[in-house]
Amino acid sequence: MLNKYPLWKTLMVMFLVAFGALYALPNLYGEDPAVQISGKRSVEANLTTLDNVKELLAKENIDFLSVVLENNQVLVRFKDTEVQIKARDLLDDNIGEKYSVALNLTPATPDWLASIGGTPMKKGLDLSGGVSFLMEVNMSEAILKATNSLVSDFRSGLRGEKIRYRSVKKISTSIEVKFRNVEDLIAGKEFLENQNRDLILVDNEDALTLTAKLTDLKLKEIREYALQQNITIIRNRVNELGVAEPLVQRQGKKHILIELPGVQDTAKAKEILNATATIEFRMVDQQGDMGNALKGRVPASSQLLYERDGTPVLLKKRVMLTGDHIVDAGSSLDEYSRPQVNITLDSPGGSKWSNATKINIGKPMATVFIEYKPTKNKDAEGNTIFEKVQEVISVATIQGRLGKSFRITGAGSQVEAHSLALLLRAGALIAPIQIVEERTVGPTLGAENVKLGFQAIMMGFGLVFIFMLIYYRAFGVVANLALGANLVLIIGIMSLLPEAALTLPGMAGIVLTVGMAVDANVLIFERIREEIREGKSIQQSIHQGYDAAFSTIIDANITTLIAALILFAIGTGPIKGFAVTLSIGIITSMFTSVVGTRAIVNMIWGGKRLDKLPI
Amino acid sequence: MQILHLKETVTFMAYRKIAMVFSIILMVASIVTLTTNKLNFGLDFTGGTLIEVGFENAADLNKMRQLLDAKGFDDAVVKFYGSSRDVVIRLGQRDDVKAEMLGNQILSVLEKGTGQKIDMRRIEYVGASVGDELAEQGGLAMLTALICILMYVAFRFEWRMALGSVIALFHDVLLTLGLFSLLNLEFDLTVLAAILAVIGYSLNDTIVVSDRIRENFRKMRGLDSEGIIDVSLSQTLSRTVITSITTILVLLALFFRGGELIHGFATALLFGVFVGTYSSIYVASSVALSLGISKEDLIPEVVEKEGADQDAMMP
Repeated sequence: MLNKYPLWKTLMVMFLVAFGALYALPNLYGEDPAVQISGKRSVEANLTTLDNVKELLAKENIDFLSVVLENNQVLVRFKDTEVQIKARDLLDDNIGEKYSVALNLTPATPDWLASIGGTPMKKGLDLSGGVSFLMEVNMSEAILKATNSLVSDFRSGLRGEKIRYRSVKKISTSIEVKFRNVEDLIAGKEFLENQNRDLILVDNEDALTLTAKLTDLKLKEIREYALQQNITIIRNRVNELGVAEPLVQRQGKKHILIELPGVQDTAKAKEILNATATIEFRMVDQQGDMGNALKGRVPASSQLLYERDGTPVLLKKRVMLTGDHIVDAGSSLDEYSRPQVNITLDSPGGSKWSNATKINIGKPMATVFIEYKPTKNKDAEGNTIFEKVQEVISVATIQGRLGKSFRITGAGSQVEAHSLALLLRAGALIAPIQIVEERTVGPTLGAENVKLGFQAIMMGFGLVFIFMLIYYRAFGVVANLALGANLVLIIGIMSLLPEAALTLPGMAGIVLTVGMAVDANVLIFERIREEIREGKSIQQSIHQGYDAAFSTIIDANITTLIAALILFAIGTGPIKGFAVTLSIGIITSMFTSVVGTRAIVNMIWGGKRLDKLPI
Repeated sequence: MQILHLKETVTFMAYRKIAMVFSIILMVASIVTLTTNKLNFGLDFTGGTLIEVGFENAADLNKMRQLLDAKGFDDAVVKFYGSSRDVVIRLGQRDDVKAEMLGNQILSVLEKGTGQKIDMRRIEYVGASVGDELAEQGGLAMLTALICILMYVAFRFEWRMALGSVIALFHDVLLTLGLFSLLNLEFDLTVLAAILAVIGYSLNDTIVVSDRIRENFRKMRGLDSEGIIDVSLSQTLSRTVITSITTILVLLALFFRGGELIHGFATALLFGVFVGTYSSIYVASSVALSLGISKEDLIPEVVEKEGADQDAMMP
């Protein structure tokens, strides 16, 4: 018998390895220092921004390699970091108000590679340096708020229906309503049942009490909403930070993971993440003279504020309503398909609002967004000084007496309505968040980790390489080729997967795979030797060796894969990186060491009669 | 080249009683050290703050301790990390200072006190609740891994062998934990990852051996169970040794070149590979043998179909 692979099989092996090599290629090109300019909040970087950036750089004679506009960001590449930092400072001083200007390292992947989706592997924080936060959303606070607002809803609702009650009390997470007689109890239950479908109502006729509890579904909804809202707000704030590739993602039921590569000043990052924003609704001062106000003579009861585009607005100082009464805000289209923002208030907010708007129908009202932004200055104790930034985000005319839910129209485009809704929600955090985990890796350690990991991979690879060569001679060369192909495939797949980041434990995983991947070849080769010793023909021994070892290899690898997948499910950050490289390595190594080596062995020794095998 | 060329079968199983006593002694010792000495859990599990700083010149640990003591950080554990210029400071949970601000405070205390320029290498803060959750998840992960693997092996082989291999895994994990407890090495997330990798590796070995045992039970006649296990172990011995060598080679690369951060990882795996190799011979196979594994258990029952032999004769 002869061992031959059909042509398609050999071609497939070659194609797959070439494919892996192609996508592993971008890792060989280094990175260019770059500056990334993206819009803050509703501003977007566009062609005007691009021209603006070019002009500024040209004026100061700062050389750049290229400048492009992609994904609403302007990216300028530079020759070295010195020029990069000079350019960053220049751009930040000139357009830093509206745009965030971030330092970045952009892969210097050639265009032809980038156009087929080639990118280098992403580096985890332990390699790139930077800070990661794990924030926990205080869910009991969210539920407490919801229950509290129900208590006042019950009171005003029952009063409105003229159902007499003795008391409405919150007892842990449920609400107890005491009635005077059974009739009221029944009427009350019927009313509350109709009004609110998210409640489980239990009545006790003897004690004349009605106990209301939120359904599990509603509780889940509240938690989910609190988490989503926090994520939205954090995303907005992270954009303010000017970090090149920030990551904000949910983790489990109540955690949010934030990764800020390259950030060293954790204090500033924390201050921005924890910064509170509030919303105020105030009336526009129509009597005051704008001309005088602009000259600095603002009436005592008023204040001069500006809209984002710089339009001045004279506002009454009295605050009609604060944002903490806002329960929900969203954007939609009204009956004429104009964008509008829908706002829902809690009960006390609703009655306050109703009274305030009653006397102001037909007059303009302004929404003010207040934020505390960290400045570059620090006080004597080294704490960052915060600056109160007030901005008018919308001016609208009150059309009638407003209640618990109302809408603001004329907020501009749909995008603007959406961002207004976001800002309104930002003013009313349902649940506070807290940092529960923080990891900062300095730039020197990051660079050192890369070096160490790379050295360990090379050394491990080299040792195994030499060992296999000595031990199996020509077959050792085959196994080493497979090992090399395996490394290329792991890197290629890691580069292709957008979620996979290379970490230091991940590099350890690659090293470990190198050591364990040869196991499959050892199994096969030892088996071939055994078969030869037993006196089988060379071709039969090759065939038997591969065949008999195959099921063992599969079994052994699947069990390791189980361990790796479990690790993937529970691990975070660097550990996940280990699980990723280990899993990928197991799968690619099965391919290269079984199918790959077989293709080579068949090609060299499979087609002829042999008396001896260099094994 | 050939390191091991066994012409004759090694009578491994003849020593299994001694091996069993040896294993039991080690396991009991591990349990003893784990209960008295406990595990030196890393920050990931205990919560707290850890700061790694780099100095330009060799650092004076005593002076640093005094500086931190004076500022009220009397629970600070200050240690060298890899070199005399690299220092790690670990602090427990505290109520008075906002923990996430602690790192920067310590840095400024040290910078002012020592007058040296300090390079912040890393700061880690882990809240207590996160640590607890992680410890729970970690334990759960290990259990899930063991159960999943037990199920897979039982499905692929036979319950006696499955039980044998899982007991072997348990043995390996316990001994590795025992080593960490005995030497007071820090047990952090990377070590947990290494232990799961040890599970993977040790199982790899066990399966290779079990596969051969199964094959030989079917193929060989005239040998009792003990004999067949001995033959199988001898046949796979050279593979076991070679794979252990290559794995140990790369682990040595990691141990010496991988840096302090994965030192614990490499240590756990190096030890785990030794124990794993031993256990696949003396724990897994010996348990299966003690449970009375025999030929009948491994040979699929052949149902004689009427006319089956005639079919075979057809062209």
